[in-house]
Amino acid sequence: MSTNKDIAILGVGMHPWGKWGKNFVEYGVKAARDALADSGVNWRDIQFVSGAATMRNGYPGYVAGATFAQALGWQGAQVNTSYAACASGSQALAAARSKILSGECEVALVIGADTTPKGFLKPAPGERPDDPDWVRFRLGITNPTYFALYARRRMEIYGDTQDDFALVKLKNAEHGALNPYARYRKKFTVEDVRASAMVADPLRLMDICATSDGAAALIVSSLDYAKRIGKASAPRIAAISTVTPSFASAVIEMPDLATDSAVACEPQRFRAALPRKAYEEAGIGPEDISLAEVYDLSTALELDWIEDLQLCARGDGAKLVRAGVTKLGGRLPVNTSGGLACFGEAVPAQALAQVCELAWQLRGEAGERQVTNAKVGITANQGLFGHGSSVIVKR
Amino acid sequence: MSTPVLEGWFTLGDKPQLLGSRCSVCGTYYFPKLQGYCRNPDCSSERFEEVPLSRSGKLWSFTSASYQPPEPYIASAPFQPFGIAAVELLKEKMVVLGQLATGTELASLKAGLDMELVLEPLDDGKLTWKWKQVRA
Repeated sequence: MSTNKDIAILGVGMHPWGKWGKNFVEYGVKAARDALADSGVNWRDIQFVSGAATMRNGYPGYVAGATFAQALGWQGAQVNTSYAACASGSQALAAARSKILSGECEVALVIGADTTPKGFLKPAPGERPDDPDWVRFRLGITNPTYFALYARRRMEIYGDTQDDFALVKLKNAEHGALNPYARYRKKFTVEDVRASAMVADPLRLMDICATSDGAAALIVSSLDYAKRIGKASAPRIAAISTVTPSFASAVIEMPDLATDSAVACEPQRFRAALPRKAYEEAGIGPEDISLAEVYDLSTALELDWIEDLQLCARGDGAKLVRAGVTKLGGRLPVNTSGGLACFGEAVPAQALAQVCELAWQLRGEAGERQVTNAKVGITANQGLFGHGSSVIVKR
Repeated sequence: MSTPVLEGWFTLGDKPQLLGSRCSVCGTYYFPKLQGYCRNPDCSSERFEEVPLSRSGKLWSFTSASYQPPEPYIASAPFQPFGIAAVELLKEKMVVLGQLATGTELASLKAGLDMELVLEPLDDGKLTWKWKQVRA
């Protein structure tokens, strides 16, 4: 049922994450050129350029598709730019898939890159009591507040401990140490995490991801095109879920001060809805998953995602990390790339970077990070304004 | 009485309440107040009434602001860390955030505790709502 909706990943490329102080276009071009070289497709043959927008780099960032097409040399391709917060990359990928499946193009470049400021992300200046984002900062409610409320809720309901969260950090640091594209490649001990400064109880500095510069790019095509250029066995994208939440959202979401009221509608969990749609679309179940790349904005949030992906029962996430199940060599490795813990978030590039890691893993080219016999991988992320995504890649 | 940090967001006095709105058709509550269109996908109402929300609820989760938040937060020097609570209002079936009352020890809290709304000044003296544990 799903096979005729698959597209092929012919090539992937990334610019290492970090704080390089350069223009985002430079990172993007590097990632695009690597992806083109990896695919063996000539830039002039790319028919569609689908960019993920960055909001922090002025006009060139708002028209990222065109910006990258021009930087690589105008060659008449159609362009698109998608903005969907943390899911921008997935939405750009979905736009490319639609073009390919409708027959409007055969091969596309999907690309996202960002240059990110330091420190707390903060709202624009001025007195704006009608803007909930302004109001919450006025009251002292920052982004880590939300991650911390979820983490504390886990401790209260499931009995997770701060050391469980530290184990997630240790695991991802071990994975990231093996990844040349990761920004942080140092291993840590539980004592290191315990000694780091408290930011939002129970989360310490080392539990929360940083923001980074970075870029990721994919060359995707129809299965026919892949076959014609001798890449019939390239990994395939089997699902791209970009569903919005369903009212009434029962989990407090950034930047809101309150959840929806569930008086007239049943309470819903947005995070859980994202992979549910992806599984449905791919005709693949959680039991088929070999590895997952999830959006670990905080260590504790990785545990929420593992449960939202239905990789274990609700509340059992910490048991998996304690037993080493989610570590390389375990039954179900999570964030083999090192995750956001080792990358830091580069918003428009991050969802594509997750897909790059799955592609390398499914091709058996992940080097020291290789998951034995990886067949199916899934990504998950969530961002502001009802955006999120889950992508399934299979061999 | 000092000035509220946000005009029309809560009532003043001994038993303060947050001011939300309620859809006149499906009964869904909103905080902050909603104007325009009901967000229930099965309701096309554009009529809302202003309602005071329950001033007590159950603690859903809690945390601290251990680092000084960026502007527009106004901090005294040196910065005094504070607590933050998410409280579930049973009648409204919603969770509302707020700072924790000054002096609340996080170690004394657990999910499910009874909490009530109080008014306290922020560091700049403007009044805001905070959540306080109800002492038995």
